[in-house]
Parts: sequence; structure tokens; C-alpha cells
Amino acid sequence: MSAKPAILAPATPSPTLAPGFAVWRRLFRQPSVLIGGGVLLVMLFIAMLAPALGTIDPSAINPAFRNRVPGVERTIRQDDGSSATFRHRMGTDSLGRDVYSRVIYGARVSLIIGVSVAAISLAIGLVLGLVAGYVRWLDGAIMRLMDGLMAIPAILLAIAVVSLFRAGLGAVIVAITVPEIPRVVRLVRSIVLSVREEPYVEAAIMAGTPTPKLMVRHILPNTVAPLIVQGTFICASAMLVEAILSFLGIGIPPETPTWGNIMAEGRNLFRIYPHNILYPGIFLALTVLAVNMLGDGLRDTLDPKMAGR
Amino acid sequence: MLGYILRRLLATIPVLLIVAVLVFLMLRLTPGDPAAVIAGDNATSEQIAMIRSRLGLDQPILTQFLIWSGNLLSGNFGESFFFKKTVAELIVGRLEPTVSLALTTIVIAVLVAVPLGVLAAYKHGTWIDRVVMGFSVLGFSVPVFVIGYALIYVFAITLNWLPIQGYQSISGGFRGFLQRLILPSLTLSVIYIALIARMTRASVLEVLGEDYIRTARAKGQVERKILFRHALKNAAVPIVTVIGIGVALLIGGVVVTESVFSIPGLGRLTVDAVLARDYPTIQAVILLFSVVYIAINLCVDLAYTLFDPRIRY
Repeated sequence: MSAKPAILAPATPSPTLAPGFAVWRRLFRQPSVLIGGGVLLVMLFIAMLAPALGTIDPSAINPAFRNRVPGVERTIRQDDGSSATFRHRMGTDSLGRDVYSRVIYGARVSLIIGVSVAAISLAIGLVLGLVAGYVRWLDGAIMRLMDGLMAIPAILLAIAVVSLFRAGLGAVIVAITVPEIPRVVRLVRSIVLSVREEPYVEAAIMAGTPTPKLMVRHILPNTVAPLIVQGTFICASAMLVEAILSFLGIGIPPETPTWGNIMAEGRNLFRIYPHNILYPGIFLALTVLAVNMLGDGLRDTLDPKMAGR
Repeated sequence: MLGYILRRLLATIPVLLIVAVLVFLMLRLTPGDPAAVIAGDNATSEQIAMIRSRLGLDQPILTQFLIWSGNLLSGNFGESFFFKKTVAELIVGRLEPTVSLALTTIVIAVLVAVPLGVLAAYKHGTWIDRVVMGFSVLGFSVPVFVIGYALIYVFAITLNWLPIQGYQSISGGFRGFLQRLILPSLTLSVIYIALIARMTRASVLEVLGEDYIRTARAKGQVERKILFRHALKNAAVPIVTVIGIGVALLIGGVVVTESVFSIPGLGRLTVDAVLARDYPTIQAVILLFSVVYIAINLCVDLAYTLFDPRIRY
């Protein structure tokens, strides 16, 4: 999961994004970008339009309708006396909740976690990496701390952080973000260290460019492409770790519909009703696969040296 | 060489120290009084005070850290509040299943992934290459427990070939031991195979463009020997590195796999400890796994000379 970006991340900074259409044209010619981006877009729409996709309240419990197989129909009596039938496309779980509605709403949590973990760890990692790469006397301290964090296997670190807080979305995001930060710091630092030896940076220093301007104008742009690629891999890994934490029962509270929670709930009766693990599993795998494909495609386009590796 | 080993060993000390500080601070970062957290909800204030003085929480923080790490070095990991045992006993009792699972997984992963990666590099650009790469991306995308349940469903429930869950100690018969270990190891090895195969392919692909490969072909060497003797050996360093780094993935996977297959190992212990907020156990397990991870990567570093005699220290 999280070891992958560390290895595949380019060791040398890739060429800066050329402004204009060239990069976009190359991007849209990559099948993996198109497929990955397409699937991701569909998931995004599913998440946003969840209430309109024939779902019912994903947390509504119905003791009389527990553990039903996919496709079963239920008559719902409305307040005005009329009745309607509702089809449980993916069956119900052991509390009688509609699995289809939970899976659809679960897309929201996964996407929120993937995007926010990627954004936060990139932001913190970027700042720390710039500081470590540019401020000599802080370099040692920051990097030793990062070495220490990286020596703790990512999922264990996440589990440790989660155990410190009350379970909730915020705690889970923090827990998944912390192990990702060191890898971003290392990436940014290595870029800064090699870029600052470039003649144009030395020239800018000689010309008396103030440090903040130097950072923003000359160093920061070099980090954009690798960080975008790294961000997609972090996003994919974050969604998997969230599902793992929820599955182990130490993530987001069980009544919240997340793919991990649905599968955790389905564990006990898995032998008889495998669909409670099957459907959310497919959605999760498909989403993570899409993000990974997008990441691979982005890397091949933005860093041609790594193409096809 | 000896000097290098010594220097490399010394270099791990700061990392170990920082890990120890982080794990130590973990308990101090909990909101509220750690003694009250440890004592639980129903503790009296005397009990809390007792725990506080026993843990040395009334001492300055640096003293606390020195006491704590001194205890660690003498093998005293403290006492589990949930399991009512010393943490050291607890860990020793859970060691065998986890070690068996991890070793079987590594063996399976290396045996499958390296040939697969070499094949993909050799057949670069063909459908074989694409299948291997596709499998690799898929392996990174399917959560470990979904793979586990899929394997259980096919091989244990539908085909009825293997037991569904559980663990049998090796002392209780090798056959039963192996039977119960196959599915968990396969489950765990998928992501590891994906990682190693991908790196093997990339590394071998790079080496296949070298002059000495062309020379070997020119002198009429058989392809199998070119691939496994000339190419693989020269491509070994990144592959061995990724096997070492992948141990972090493996450890994370152990926690999940043991839960899926009800294996009473260290991973299961970690989850139980977190659910029970049993901080001494959580701290010990995290420290142990991190030390193992650091040690394995140290060995990998030292093993480079075996694979590439050009590397001298």
C-alpha cells in the first residue's frame, strides 16, 4: 500500500509541467488516465447523487427484514396509508439495513478520506520538505524524525494513532495522514536539493532574489508534477487503509456507512451471506484501481523516464 | 567490511531511539491522564494514584523516559491491563503463528513473483507482460481481507479443500499446520507478489539492454541462463531492497490476515489491544514490529555485497 509510492516515486525531479496544451493532449492519449479518470468520475457522481439513486436511509434498521438475499422486495407502508414496494438490490445486513444504500453512501466517505488524506499529507509534507531541503540546520532534525516515523510500518502507525483518539472521521484522517507525511517530505527534499544546484537557481540567488520568491518561482514548480503523482498513490492507499481500520473495528463508528464498515458487519455471517463483503469489496477495489491507474498514467505522462515501469 | 557493518549498526541507533521516543510519547499524547486511561472507567482515585506512582508518572518526563527505556532493555515491557499477564509473556505466546505466517508468505511471494517479473520483462510488450502488470496493479487495489474472504469462499466453502479458519501449532502435526497456513499465506502474499514482480520486471528490463547481455547472446548462451544468471543477478539489488521495504506491507497485512483467519498471533493481539485500549501491549507490539522491520532492512543492506561484488564497503 504505502510502500509503493516510495519506490516508484522518481528519484530525480521530473521536468516541470510545460504550460499549455501539450501535457493535456498527452494525458488524454493515455488509456489508463482515461479509464481511471472515467471510473473515478462515475464514483464521484455516485457519491454526490447518492440520495437520488433510489436509496433509502442507509442507517435505518429493520429488525423484521434482516439478512435478506439481493433482489428481495419489501412492501413499505407510507404514512398516508398507501404502500410501495422497495427492492433491496444488494440484500440487507444483519440489522436489516439496505446494503445497496449503504454501499452508495459509502462512496462519500471513501472519496472524502482519499482526497483529504492526500491533500493534507501533501501540504504538510511540502512545507516540511521545503524547510528540510533549504534550511540546513533544520534538515537533520526533520529527517531523523521522518526516519523514525518511516521505521514504524504504516498500518501499525495508523492503528496506534487511532487508538489515541475517540473513533471518528477526523481521527481516521489524522491516523492515515501521519504515516504518509515522511514519504512526501523525502520526495520534496530530494527535489529541492537537486534543483538548488541548477544554474538558473544559482543565478537567481546571485541576482539577489529573496528566498520566498526563489521558493515560489523556481523551486516549487519543480515539485508539482511528482507531487500530483504521489498524491494519487496516497489517495489510493488511504482508501484501502480506511477500509482496513473500519474492517478491524477500530475506524469510523460502525453505524456510518463506509465500505469497510459494511464488510466488517458482514464478517460474521460471511459463510451464508457473502454478498455483504462482495459488493462493497467490488466498489472499493474498483475505486482504488481507478485511482492507481490514473496515478500510473499521470506518472508516465509527467515523467517519461518512468514510463512503463 | 566489518567496519561497514559496525557503522551501519551504529546508524540504526538514532532511528531506534526516535521510534522509542515516539512510542513513549504515544501514551503521553492521549487526551487526559494516562493513569486514568489505563485504570479504566471504574477505577477509584486510589487505584489511579497507585498506577501513577507505579508507572513513575509523578516523575519528570525525561526521568520517565529513562526508566521506561531501561525497563525495555532489560526485557520488561510492563504489564497488560487487559490480559492480566506481563506483555513479554503475551508476546512470546503469540510469536509462533505470526512468524510461521510471515515466513511462508515471504517464501511463496519470492518464488512466484521473481519468475513472474523476469518473464514479464523478457516478454516485454506482449500480453504476458500486460497480464503480469495488470495483476500487479490489481494486487495493490484489492484490500487484503477481500482477497482472504474470496479465497475462503472458493477453497474452503465451495470446494471444501481446506479448513476455513484457525491455526494449529506445528507441534500438533505438520499436515494440519500447513493446511491451515495455506490460505492465509496466499492471501497475504498477493500484495507482496504484486510489489516484487513489478520491481523485478522494471529492474530486469533495465539490465536486458546492457552490452553483456548482447555478448552472452552472441556467444550462444541459452536464454534461460541469460535471464537467470546474467540478467537476474545483475538486477538483484533493487529486488532485494523492495523485498526488505515490503516487510512493512507484510506486517500491516499480518494484522488484517490474522483477523480474517482467526489466527492467534501478534497481529490479532494488536487489534485486541487497541480495542481494549491496552496501551502497554500496543506500545510493545509496535516497538517489536518496528525493530524487526529495521533489522530486516539492515540485513538487506548488508546482503548487497552478496549480489553485487562491485559494491565494496
